[in-house]
Amino acid sequence: MTLYLFYFLSFVAILSALLVVFSKSPIHSILYLIITFFSIAGHYVLQNAQFLAAVHIIVYAGAIMVLFLYVIMLLNLNKETEPHKTSLAKIAAVICAGSMMVVLVASLKGASYLMAKPGGDIGLVKNLGKVLFDEFLLPFELSSILLLAAMVGVVMVGKQDQRTQILTNTPSTEANKIE
Amino acid sequence: MIPIDNYIWLSTVLFSIGVLGVLYRRNAIIIFACIELMLNAVNLLMVSFSNTLNDSRGQVFVFFIMAVAAAEVAVGLAILVMMYRKTKSVDIDILNRLKG
Repeated sequence: MTLYLFYFLSFVAILSALLVVFSKSPIHSILYLIITFFSIAGHYVLQNAQFLAAVHIIVYAGAIMVLFLYVIMLLNLNKETEPHKTSLAKIAAVICAGSMMVVLVASLKGASYLMAKPGGDIGLVKNLGKVLFDEFLLPFELSSILLLAAMVGVVMVGKQDQRTQILTNTPSTEANKIE
Repeated sequence: MIPIDNYIWLSTVLFSIGVLGVLYRRNAIIIFACIELMLNAVNLLMVSFSNTLNDSRGQVFVFFIMAVAAAEVAVGLAILVMMYRKTKSVDIDILNRLKG
C-alpha cells in the first residue's frame, strides 16, 4: 500500500517537474511547481517526517510560490514575451542533463547496503525540537540573522533608485548631465 | 518501509530535471524555479537518508536549507525585478553584457 502511494506521488512529482520545464507560459510553470512541492510534502509524510512536511508546505507553497506568482504578475509575463533558445542549444541541454543523471545514478547505486534501523519517531516535532534547540541552537539563531539580512537586502535592492527618479522627472539634457 | 534505492532514483531524476530546466530555458524566473526544484530534490534525499539511518540531524539540516532557500529566493527575485526595470525583459542572455 505504501509502495503504491510512493509510486503515485513520484509519478505526480516527476510529471509536474517536467511540465515546469516544458510548459510555454511562465505562470503555468509556477503552478506546476506548486503541484511538485505538494507531492514532495506527501513524500515527507510518507517518511514519517511530519514536522518537515508542515514546514515545507508553509514555506514553499505558502511563501515562496506566492512570491513567484506576484513577481510574474507584476512583470506581466505571458506566452508572447517568452524568449526561446535555439533548438541546437535545447538538444544539448537535454543531452547534458541526461548524462548527468546517468553519472549521479551510477555513483549513488551502492547505497542500498544501508540497513534500516529500528525506531522511527525522529521526524516528530518533539524529537526534532530537542535536537534543534540543543545541538543546533547557534545555527538556528544565525539563520534568523540571515533572514533579517535578506529582508534588509531585498528592501535596499528593490527600492526605487533616487537617481532614476530624478532622471524620469527632468528633461533629457539634465538627465544626461546627472548620468 | 520503502527501500532507499527508490528515493535515490526519485531525487536524482528530480535534480536532473532541475538541471535540464536551467540549461533549457532563458526566462530567469523559470531558472529560479528550477533551482528550487534542485534544492527540493536534495532535501528529499536528505530526509530519506536521515529516516533510513534513524538520525535526526539530517532533518535539521533540511530545515536550515529551507531557511536559506527562502532568503535566496527573496533576494533573487528582487534582483530580477530591478533587472526588468532596467532592460524591460527577463531574458537571461541579456545579462551576458556583464563582464567582470
